[in-house]
Amino acid sequence: MSAANWRRAMNVQNPRPAARNSPAPAREARVRRFTFENPVRARHVIVLAFLLAYPWFATPFFTYQIGAQTLALGLIALSLTFLGGYGGMISLAQMTVAGIAGYMVAIFGAAATDGVTLGWPWWLAVLLGIVIATLAATFIGWLSVRTEGIYTIMITLAIGVAFYYLVLQNYTVFNGFQGEQKVFPPTFAGLYWRDATPFYYLTLFWALAGYLFVVYLVRTPFGIALQGIRDNPRRMHALGFNVTAHRVAAYAVAGTIAAVGGVLFTWYNGLVTPGSVGTHWLINILIIAVLGGMRHPVGPFLGAIVFVLLQTFAIDVIDRERFNLVIGLVFLVIVLFSRDGLLGWWTALSARLSTQRGAATWKAARGRLYAR
Amino acid sequence: MESGKRTFVRTLVAVVVVVVATFSAGAFAQAPPVKIGLLATLEGPFAAGGQDGMRGAELAVRQRNGVVAGRKIEIIKASSDAKPDVAVNATRKLVEQDKVDIMVGPLSGSEGIAVKEYSKTHPNITFINGSSGAQATTLVDPSTNFFRFNTDGGQWMVGVGKAALDKGYKRVMIIAEDYAFPYSQVQGFMTEYCKLGGKVPVKAWVPLGGKDYASVIARIPKDVDALVVVLGGADAVNFLNQYEQTGGDKPMVGGSITVSQDILNYKGKRRESLVGTIAGAPIADAYDAPEWKAFVADYKKNFPDGYPSPSLFALVYYLNMKATLDGLDAVKGDLSDGQKKYRAALTKMVLKSPVGDIKLDANRQAIGTTFVTEVVKDAQGNLYNRVLKKIDNVNQTLGVPPSEFKVGSRDEPNCP
Repeated sequence: MSAANWRRAMNVQNPRPAARNSPAPAREARVRRFTFENPVRARHVIVLAFLLAYPWFATPFFTYQIGAQTLALGLIALSLTFLGGYGGMISLAQMTVAGIAGYMVAIFGAAATDGVTLGWPWWLAVLLGIVIATLAATFIGWLSVRTEGIYTIMITLAIGVAFYYLVLQNYTVFNGFQGEQKVFPPTFAGLYWRDATPFYYLTLFWALAGYLFVVYLVRTPFGIALQGIRDNPRRMHALGFNVTAHRVAAYAVAGTIAAVGGVLFTWYNGLVTPGSVGTHWLINILIIAVLGGMRHPVGPFLGAIVFVLLQTFAIDVIDRERFNLVIGLVFLVIVLFSRDGLLGWWTALSARLSTQRGAATWKAARGRLYAR
Repeated sequence: MESGKRTFVRTLVAVVVVVVATFSAGAFAQAPPVKIGLLATLEGPFAAGGQDGMRGAELAVRQRNGVVAGRKIEIIKASSDAKPDVAVNATRKLVEQDKVDIMVGPLSGSEGIAVKEYSKTHPNITFINGSSGAQATTLVDPSTNFFRFNTDGGQWMVGVGKAALDKGYKRVMIIAEDYAFPYSQVQGFMTEYCKLGGKVPVKAWVPLGGKDYASVIARIPKDVDALVVVLGGADAVNFLNQYEQTGGDKPMVGGSITVSQDILNYKGKRRESLVGTIAGAPIADAYDAPEWKAFVADYKKNFPDGYPSPSLFALVYYLNMKATLDGLDAVKGDLSDGQKKYRAALTKMVLKSPVGDIKLDANRQAIGTTFVTEVVKDAQGNLYNRVLKKIDNVNQTLGVPPSEFKVGSRDEPNCP
């Protein structure tokens, strides 16, 4: 995809109003109107009700391994969607940031390790973990914002791999290959947060918080400026915006989201090892984000659902050593037949349904939604 | 337009049906047979070993024609890639989603420790090891429902230290993967080797799944007599190839899975130079007991696509699966009351195996036989392991009193 196409594809972030209104109203006007219109639709209520009720009808296995894992991974991928979809920067180091948070929680808090573990209170460890991971993300951003496109991917990949080898080979602090074991959530307010249902609600809370935060942030002046920078950095610079500062700030914000997701994912696994921050996982996060679609913050969560279900159940569909083939094929089909992952299918579907009542053919509608 | 709409609706219906069918089959199926979860590494560096481990476990089931005490045996397989978190996820799926009664696995050392920890959260399910051989699994903070009917990595190397000195290797360098299982192997070797006066000036710990050994090969001192190579699967093959290319000619002492059948059958040039390598293992291809010969014949008959002789993984998975089924037979398939009777039967079982009797110690860890072997070539050009020495009743603390025994690590033991 050429840079221009990429920007165009990224540019459409909320297709519905675009379909209803005449194309290209001033963005500023749309934002101001949004505060007066009730943004909650029926589907939001249904999804939220489903998410809240989920542990009451799902088995503990589905609550924990499918539900909580999806939400934690989705949150980490959300940080990439924010960076990529709204900032136009693809960072492969988001799992590294998440891993840094996980390692810090283990190092400052309690863990079974031959390396360092200080045993400080869990809330302090979590706070420090998120702060340090955010600082690291800011540093990564500061290093990589001067690059564009494929060079950003390369430099963040390099940072991710460097961190992987650091934790793999450092024994005094990170305990090498074995990593930090038994990093569990605390018992707090009379609940053991590692139990399936409490942990699910914990991840759900932070996933929703992350989602709503991104939805809000992209409509603030900062978010609008960031999208402007994504579409035309030179013009934004000429208008007096500090392009570099905005980009670094975007990395910091994404870093905080990834850090929260990282703490949850570490707690979910109960451990953090070099394997958790290896290239395999760096790329998995990109897969989740792309699979779901990068034009809306709900994308990474959709991608995570598909990813987790496939990882867990593909072996039941086809026997033994061929199950990775199924995983690969599904990913290929989704990416091949949709311009924007699962969100792209959703867009096509809703365009189709909405035009059944109207006169326009759905193809035309879809074309309009994509191209504007 | 109309037809497009109809196709679309049909597709939607079909998708829903498939999804519902898949989930109901997974979540609600309740069948009378005994469900046994089987976990091995079908991905990652031990993929070949994992596949052969599955063969060994299947062989134990086939020998009973898939039935034990009148109950059908249903095996549900899962895969990991030698990483502990992946192994726990796969185990959790088998236990909580597929609702297995008994869990057999995993393959690799660090996985074993993680699965043992997980087993504590399900005290009513019995966990039986696959082929993981880290000492800490049963020695440190053991779990009352985790059983290991195979000896561990340390036990497997008993007798090798003496055999190395007998060959005249007075100074050796150790090249081993950097995780729990090789720590145990190196300890098993060094405990004896150091006591008898051998020296280990350099230990190189390499990452599991590493591809480049150039820096390690460069560190090999000139004055060592041999290399102790404790690498498994693809790692061992990669190392051997690179060592060959750089013109290395030091003799080798192998870890238990360095000279297993899955390695002896690789196609590289360095393969020839493996001849003469001594190693310790719970298995020896050329062991001449009739039970062992019958086992090998059975393996070959059942798996024509397998190795010329069962690998260590096949044997050890076989042992653990056989113990699983023998235990079920002993209690007539009765798994009621949180499987208490079943676990009692396992605890006092003496497992009749192709490599002699195996019994459990107080930590539910096997006490069994170790072979010191040497690689030789047969008339057809196949490499196999000749038995140098057979040592019975090797216990987990290698004869050292439990209070003085320290679990092997990067720095323990040490004799530069």
